[in-house]
Parts: sequence; C-alpha cells; structure tokens
Amino acid sequence: MEYILQGVFQAFRLLFSGDPETFSAVAATVKASSFSMAVSLVLGVPLGFVLGHLRFPGRRQVRLVVDTMLALPTVFIGLLVYAFISRQGPLGGMGLLFSLPGIAVGQAILALPIVVALSATAIEGMDAGLRTTLISLGASRRRLLVTSLWEVRHGILAAALTAYGRVMTEVGISMMVGGNIKWHTRTITTAIALETGKGMFATGIALGLVLLFIAFAVTLPASLLRRRRQS
Amino acid sequence: MKNSGRWIVAGTLLCLVLLMALPCGAADRTLMMATTTSTDNTGLLDYLSPEFTKATGIELKWTAVGTGKALKLGENCDVDVLMVHAPAAEQKYVAAGFGIARREVMFNDFVIIGPPADPAGIKGQSVTGALKTIAAKSAVFVSRGDNSGTHKKELSLWAANGGAVPEKQSWYVQTGQGMLASINIAAQKNGYTMTDRGTFIKYAHTHGGNPPLVVVVEGDDILKNQYSVMQVNPARCAKVQNDLAKQFSDWICSPQAQKLIADFRLMGKQLFTPNAK
Repeated sequence: MEYILQGVFQAFRLLFSGDPETFSAVAATVKASSFSMAVSLVLGVPLGFVLGHLRFPGRRQVRLVVDTMLALPTVFIGLLVYAFISRQGPLGGMGLLFSLPGIAVGQAILALPIVVALSATAIEGMDAGLRTTLISLGASRRRLLVTSLWEVRHGILAAALTAYGRVMTEVGISMMVGGNIKWHTRTITTAIALETGKGMFATGIALGLVLLFIAFAVTLPASLLRRRRQS
Repeated sequence: MKNSGRWIVAGTLLCLVLLMALPCGAADRTLMMATTTSTDNTGLLDYLSPEFTKATGIELKWTAVGTGKALKLGENCDVDVLMVHAPAAEQKYVAAGFGIARREVMFNDFVIIGPPADPAGIKGQSVTGALKTIAAKSAVFVSRGDNSGTHKKELSLWAANGGAVPEKQSWYVQTGQGMLASINIAAQKNGYTMTDRGTFIKYAHTHGGNPPLVVVVEGDDILKNQYSVMQVNPARCAKVQNDLAKQFSDWICSPQAQKLIADFRLMGKQLFTPNAK
C-alpha cells in the first residue's frame, strides 16, 4: 500500500522538478483536448440550440439518437477513427494516424453529443416567458439566439465542463489512434495505462494526480465566472 | 465586476493561442515502427533510439503493441518498419507480400516463472512436461491471450506432443494485456506464466532483485525467442518510407548496434543476445 503515499509525493516531484516526460504528456493531453473541445463547442452549441429551441418534425427521434450517442464507448470511437485514417482507409492520405490531431478528431466525436444534449436541455429549461417577451418586443432571430444563449450560459458552461472532463480522461481513443508514442502522442491517461501495466503503480498514481491538477486549473476560472453572477 | 469576466475570457483565449504555438518536436525525417511490448518495456528502445538518431539523423517513433497487432499495422501500411518475435508468423507474412527483407536481429529465451514455493512441483521438468503437470493439477496459469509473439509461442508449446490447448478452464487466465501486466496478474494470483527473459529481468529489477515470481523452467531448446526486423513492402504501400526503414534495418544489424544490444544490461544481466548475420 505504500505506493499510494509514494505516488502522492512523486506527483509533486514530477510537477515541480519539471520532469520532461511528464510535461510532454501534459502538453499532449492539453493540446488534444483543447482542439477537440474547440471543435465540439463551435459545432455543438448551435446544434444544441436548434434541438432545444425549434420544434420540427422528427425532433424527438434526433434527441433519442443524440442521447444514445452519450454512451459511445471510447475504444469503439478509437477503432472507427482508426479505420478511417489508416493509410488503407478512406481518409488515409491525411496522415492523421499516430498524431495529436487524429486523437482530437476522435475526442471531438466523443464530446459533441455531450455538448449538444446538455445545451439542448439548458435551452429547453429556459424561462418560456423570456421567449415570448423577446418576440413581443420585436427581437430579430439573431437577437433571440444570442439572448437565449446568454441566458443559459451557465448551463452551456456546465455542458462544456462535463465534455472536457470526459475528453481529458479518456484512454481508448488516445491509445488506438495515438499509439502511445513517447514524446509525441503519449497523453497522461495512456501513460497511466502503460505505467500500471509495467507495475509502476506509484508513477501511475502520480500521473493521475497531475491530471487532477490540470482539471482544477480548468474549472477554477469557470467557478469564478459563476461566483460573479451570484454576487 | 463585469471586467473580471472579460479578463478571464481573454486569458483563456490567450492560453489557447500560446498552446497552439508550442513546439511539437518533430524532426525532419521520422521513422515509424510497430514493435512488441518486450522491446519497449525492458527499456531497450529508449536506450537504442538516441544512438540511431545520432548515427543516421533519423528520429525513431514506435508504438509498442503485441506482435499480432504490429503485423496488422504493417499490413495496413500504417508503419514503415516492424520489429517482432514470431518467426513462423513472420515467414507467412513475407510470403503473403506484406513484409520484405526479414532479418534476424537478436534473441533471448522464454522462461516459465511461478511462485518460489512451486505449488505444482514443475521445477526441473522439460517445458512440455511442466505444462502437462500444470494442466493435470489445475494450477493457475496466466496467458497473454492477445495473439502476441509470446502468446503464439505458448500456444505452440501446449499443442506440442499432441497436448490440448486450454481455453475455458478456470485455472487458465487469459489477460489480453502486455507482458509486464500479465506477470503482475500472475503474481497476484500466485500462478505461473511464460515470459521472455528480458522482460523477466526488468521485472526482477523493478522489485529490487527480489521478485515475487521466479524462474522455474528454463533452458529447453524450443524456448528460444528470436527477434527480427522487417520492412513494410513498399510495392503494396506507396506511402511508407522504405529508405528510412532500410536504414534502420541496416543500422540495427550493424556491428556497432549489435554491440550496443549486447551491452544492454540490468542488474548485471544481459537481456538480449545479438545474432544478426
């Protein structure tokens, strides 16, 4: 059991001694997850608005599909993305395999349903009176969109944080698509899988704690934003 | 108060921009290799790759998977060169036209390891005899179960002398994981497993020379473990970097690299014996 304590100490050592292998994994994790989050938010929030706001035929079926996609297993996404970007696959010419952009594509597929479903739910839960008021005041469609999104910004922030948590902690896509290549596509999670496989439990625990530090650094500004609203 | 929100948003954007600018550390010429877990887990590739870069200016990237998956990655043209250890499968692979220029690089041997108390009493037996005893006594045996070179070898040993290959027996544990992971599972279950000697030495080294599992069967001729390098066939895969793959193959078979392999030691023990022709 002593490796738990060892792991805690080692986490601080890895972070504050500037261990190059750890920082390479941190950079890989942060880069891949930032790209995928940017893509999934740009695509997902407008789609979520459409799904939550407009009433169109087949809406409930679309919602059902999106909700089902929330359960997409990461290894399965990894396998599908591999099949497409392998040199034998339809997108083989793009050179995405064993690269961070390749991982980001898979992670965006993972994050998109979360962003769409949760922002649609936030829009649905919006005060119905607001919409009527806005329309009666003669608001344009664009104005309606912007005001609605602003009104539910905390719901969308929650959607983004949920998706970010899932993206940053997944192993399946990074392993299948990235190949866990040292100095290149080794993320914190694939490094944990590798170290655990090698029986280096303390290093695995240390890396897990490093991941939590990053999560803290990301959620802190979000929490500040929320506090600002309450004050 | 409104200002602080703007600052946070601006700060986040700035961070994103800085992030994109981070260097990726890619050299001009990069060779992509698929290899087995043993060459990576033992630290051999970490030790060899800077020397290779020094000698040729080529950066070596590798993904460490079982031999089965490594061969598949080559078949799909996703890597340039392969370093694996399943001679029978490799010969079929070359015959099928997926790989070319197979060259032997180095060898070590497989050993059967188990608890020092040896509950099934197999110490000193021949390897096929030991496996029969394990089956007869239903002693726990951990198998890679992942189509790797070690797994293929283990299956061939069960089948030798007309023996039955276990599959669903409760004492036969198929992990589907890498070699060190499987050894750790065997140690937890107080069972036996088969490993290449290089990985075992690494395991013993990690445990400060006093590992929970020890070698119980070794030294049989059929336990030889040959590693070879193959280039992915450029006639099938237009985009593979065959010139780089060939340089790697030539380098690792060169006297200089062969000496490096012979000098690679843990706890004073040699992990691989070079034997390139």
